[in-house]
Amino acid sequence: MGRITLENVTKTFGDVTVIPPLNLTIEDGEFVVFVGPSGCGKSTLLRLIAGLEDVSGGQIRIDGEDATNLAPAKRKLAMVFQSYALYPHMTVRKNIAFPMKMAGIDQAEQDRRIEAAAKALNLTDYLERRPGQLSGGQRQRVAIGRAIVREPSAFLFDEPLSNLDAALRVGMRMEISELHKKLATTMVYVTHDQVEAMTMADKIVVLQAGVIEQVGSPLDLYRAPRNRFVAGFIGSPKMNFIEGAEAAKHDAQCIGIRPEHLTASASDGQWKGVVGVSEHLGSDTFLHVHDTGLAETMTVRVGGEFALHHGDTVYLTPEADKIHKFDAQGLRIE
Amino acid sequence: MARSVTTRGKAINTAIAWAVGLLIFFPILWTILTSFKTEGQAIAAPPVFLFFDWTLENYAIVQERSDYLRYLTNSIIIACGSTVLGIIVAIPAAWSMAFVPGRRTKDILMWMLSTKMLPAVGVLYPIYLLFIKLGLLDSRAGLVIVLMLINLPIIVWMLYTYFREIPGEILEAARMDGASLKNEIIYVLTPMAVPGIASTILLNIILAWNEAFWTLNLTAAKAAPLTAFIASYSSPEGLFYAKLSAASTMAIAPILIMGWFSQKQLVRGLTFGAVK
Amino acid sequence: MATQHSRSAARIMIAPAVILLLGWMLVPLVMTLYFSFKKYLPLRGGDLGWVGFENYSRFVTSSSFWPSIATTLTLVVSVLVITVVLGVLLALLLDRPMWGQGIVRILVIAPFFVMPTVSALIWKNMFMDPINGLLAHLWRAFGAEPIQWMSQASMPSIIIIVSWQWLPFATLILLTAIQSLDGEQLEASEMDGAPPVKRFWYIILPHLSRAITVVVLIQTIFLLAVFAEIFVTTGGAFGTKTLSYLIFQRVLESQNVGLGSAGGVYAIILANIVAMFLMRIVGKNLD
Repeated sequence: MGRITLENVTKTFGDVTVIPPLNLTIEDGEFVVFVGPSGCGKSTLLRLIAGLEDVSGGQIRIDGEDATNLAPAKRKLAMVFQSYALYPHMTVRKNIAFPMKMAGIDQAEQDRRIEAAAKALNLTDYLERRPGQLSGGQRQRVAIGRAIVREPSAFLFDEPLSNLDAALRVGMRMEISELHKKLATTMVYVTHDQVEAMTMADKIVVLQAGVIEQVGSPLDLYRAPRNRFVAGFIGSPKMNFIEGAEAAKHDAQCIGIRPEHLTASASDGQWKGVVGVSEHLGSDTFLHVHDTGLAETMTVRVGGEFALHHGDTVYLTPEADKIHKFDAQGLRIE
Repeated sequence: MARSVTTRGKAINTAIAWAVGLLIFFPILWTILTSFKTEGQAIAAPPVFLFFDWTLENYAIVQERSDYLRYLTNSIIIACGSTVLGIIVAIPAAWSMAFVPGRRTKDILMWMLSTKMLPAVGVLYPIYLLFIKLGLLDSRAGLVIVLMLINLPIIVWMLYTYFREIPGEILEAARMDGASLKNEIIYVLTPMAVPGIASTILLNIILAWNEAFWTLNLTAAKAAPLTAFIASYSSPEGLFYAKLSAASTMAIAPILIMGWFSQKQLVRGLTFGAVK
Repeated sequence: MATQHSRSAARIMIAPAVILLLGWMLVPLVMTLYFSFKKYLPLRGGDLGWVGFENYSRFVTSSSFWPSIATTLTLVVSVLVITVVLGVLLALLLDRPMWGQGIVRILVIAPFFVMPTVSALIWKNMFMDPINGLLAHLWRAFGAEPIQWMSQASMPSIIIIVSWQWLPFATLILLTAIQSLDGEQLEASEMDGAPPVKRFWYIILPHLSRAITVVVLIQTIFLLAVFAEIFVTTGGAFGTKTLSYLIFQRVLESQNVGLGSAGGVYAIILANIVAMFLMRIVGKNLD
């Protein structure tokens, strides 16, 4: 079981309010991702759940029980840290065994769980090494191994992939997702990378300045962002925002259109502009279009290769039903 | 500074440096050499440097006359005892300061160091009086306590600077892994800080070994360590250079060897971290 | 960043150290203050009642007071000058490339590990003895009359002994500081055509100023308390009575605890003035 409920949770450091009253429910077995720009309070929120920080107000409940004042050790949660926080003086085996040793689990059971975890995480050959002798990806696995042997009611991940290189990151992303499917244990995952959020989450919590901007499934957030912040944060490349006369035509203060919902043409279309930088990814091409009179730069995704060059004229046409409308407060207009 | 120098320049540097080094070391060298001479050779004019009849008789005489081993035992017990006791008190304190710093942490640390600067002579009589009242005068236990107290600020300070280099996340990980505070310190912090703790122990053993105010004033016969053993040689009795040398060599050899091994760590401890 | 749990744990864990040191500081301090206002002669009647500030004024007006202050200052200042100047030169020397650097460094550091009673005794007897001392042999070899070190040149003798003990400390710290000097900065100044003396004056010395301050302050603390070196050599005779030693004599030798305690209070005040400067410098380094 791993149902975590936050009720009116607040956190202040001195005079600075990091998290104003916040409510959130994380269902048992869910993979929840906290995402937001750096300094948005997402790591603080995770540390509050972990018990590494005290809440300034409100209540945290784990499986219905009040855990607000419980020491971290008593919350039955496991955490994977950004720096992995492995014990450098212990072998991999001892690192993984540590939480079980603390819990007083007998040796045979410890060995059984270590073997199982090592097998699942491809660490069997490294059990007698020390963290210093491992690569970044292996250390990450040890940290995960140390977390799973406890059989916690929920896993907490604090930007676990940010110290890995790009290729490894994609691999680990899959492994963590796979692990979640297998264990079906609640996972709370903090990242600033919206791609990680989109690919892994059952439920995304978008945070800004300690405030939850929107909670929903990745596709909900993509299709119906509640406000401009979420619209701009979710999706890559970023949504194009257009204000002024063009927006007024849609009875909105601002309209947004994602790069993948624009078509580009050399001959005709709704909006006219000049090609700036084009990024060729092979499968796609991202065109940065200037001088449209709508926004400083409009980004367009074009499938495959695209023949226009820097300085050429280009015409853009939005898919009418994919235009997002926002009011003066930046809120979505349905 | 990796600067290229000619071989000739290097040779000159080497010659000067060795000459100066040997000059500074000479009193110690001379003492060690003299300890192997007979009393006659020890005062020979002109002095003999290396070509004399090497003998160990002085060591035997010193042990017999002054019971060196008893003083040595006292020195070891007092130096190690006060250090171990200090470490036990200091580890939790340094943990608090390094990992749960508060607004007053710095002030507490500064205050602790300032107690080190209390001139011993200013409080000699009260301590003397208290020791008599408590029956601690001329006891090893009394000296262990006093030396622990005078070195405690340095121990706390050194451990604090070492602990601060250990990432807090690892201790948090231990907490998440279900470790109690006691287990966090025993299984995670202490093993990780072993090099720092070791050099703290070394420096403090040296300081306690050489402490010569309290050890001279609070002991008589029973608990006197090597500092007092040597002081008993301050009034000459006939020919005694060779014996004085043997006694001196025996008093300083253990700590000299230990100090040489830990010289790198010493700099840090001695400067209170003020010079990096 | 911490929780209520860890903060209260921290308070409990720091308590033993704080309580012990507080006791170590306050109990004797209060007793010293108490005695300093009393006429207290343990062997001649014990507690003879309150005398107000008499001990304080008697201590200051005694014929030994000002000489002891002068002796203390002479000792501290001379040793500081000698160790800092020689220490800088030695550090510069040891920093240069050479063969066997590690061994030379060990030789230079060695005196620091010698206990004060030993160094005082071997200097007094084996080097400074006017008949059999090595220095006497050396003087005679040049046809000079050996110096009666302990009586005729008592202060220089003690200054030599104490300097020899503290030179390694100064050298070690200054060497560490020199080694942290950015080599490129020196090379740049060499490229700019600065001669060695100017390089030393404008680049190395300013870089060392902080380390020198540390050496001066830390040594001052210890030098003010020099005891064993005087105890086993002159026993305070021949003008070598420092303030510390004077207090020691008043308390333990003449058993005038009240007077000695008043002296102790003066010494504590003196040390605290020095300590304040040191704490400021160290404190700055904490962040």
